[in-house]
Amino acid sequence: MPNPARIHPLADRLSAGNGVILSPVESRERISLRADPTTAKALGTAIGLNLPTKPTGVTTKGNKSAFWIGPDEWLLIGPDNGSMAKALEKVGRQVYSATDISHRNTAITVSGAKAVEALNSGCPRDLSLDAFPVKSCSRTVLGKAEIILWRTGNQEFHVECWRSFSDYVWKFLVDATRSA
Amino acid sequence: MLLIHCPYCEEERPELEFAGAGEAHIERPKNMADISDEDFEKFFFIRENQKGLVYERWRHIHGCGRFFNAVRHSVSDKFIKTYKAGEKKPKLTKAEIEAVLPPAKNTPANEPVYTDGAKQKG
Repeated sequence: MPNPARIHPLADRLSAGNGVILSPVESRERISLRADPTTAKALGTAIGLNLPTKPTGVTTKGNKSAFWIGPDEWLLIGPDNGSMAKALEKVGRQVYSATDISHRNTAITVSGAKAVEALNSGCPRDLSLDAFPVKSCSRTVLGKAEIILWRTGNQEFHVECWRSFSDYVWKFLVDATRSA
Repeated sequence: MLLIHCPYCEEERPELEFAGAGEAHIERPKNMADISDEDFEKFFFIRENQKGLVYERWRHIHGCGRFFNAVRHSVSDKFIKTYKAGEKKPKLTKAEIEAVLPPAKNTPANEPVYTDGAKQKG
């Protein structure tokens, strides 16, 4: 059986103008990790990354990142090679659940001088640097879609959304760019 | 838009991230199979639905996903405080309660509020 390459839901898209640049993030490995906070250390050691324990926390090592989503929930993002899932399989005698959501989610990078304005046209969260500094993340909403927002720079955000919502989120942001 | 303090995220977040989940502090009977239909109805369906201070469950569904409890005034819609699920009802001070009272006392939520507190006829 041939193994056709998976088509990125936002393949070949790019939008730039009015101070906002939108670009799709290439395929990544993503894991939704649910575990008791007391096991966070053991799980973090397995993937070589300390799991953040504070709200909005993000830890990054190389091209792997762990995001605090809730008191017992983390999102892990890493290179698209399945290495984190394999590492987590080796954690013995801990109660946790690691769900591969690599193909459920996709992401858009929103950057530029008007990035905050574009996002705030659909996201009611306070995105000032005081309330949402660089290297923080949170699950929130954008228009009618749920997103995970990660601030990677003063004017740069990683917007994680469901694959099936990605067309909506992309078009919403393009519209927002026009009026930002 | 209301800003609601999530006790798990430890910050105020916009109302759109939350979902209300009914009255709080309802204890599930331990002897569910033995209780009478009337008692079950009381536990399952009957709610206080008070006008005034209410203890409610809320869920930060588009955030950390956690359920928590809140004390709110059902007429003014103002929150006094939120606290983690499983914690006891907080003791409220007089100042805290007065801060969330609607402009005119005893004014139904769906009727216009008159500044003199008297209902105008006409």
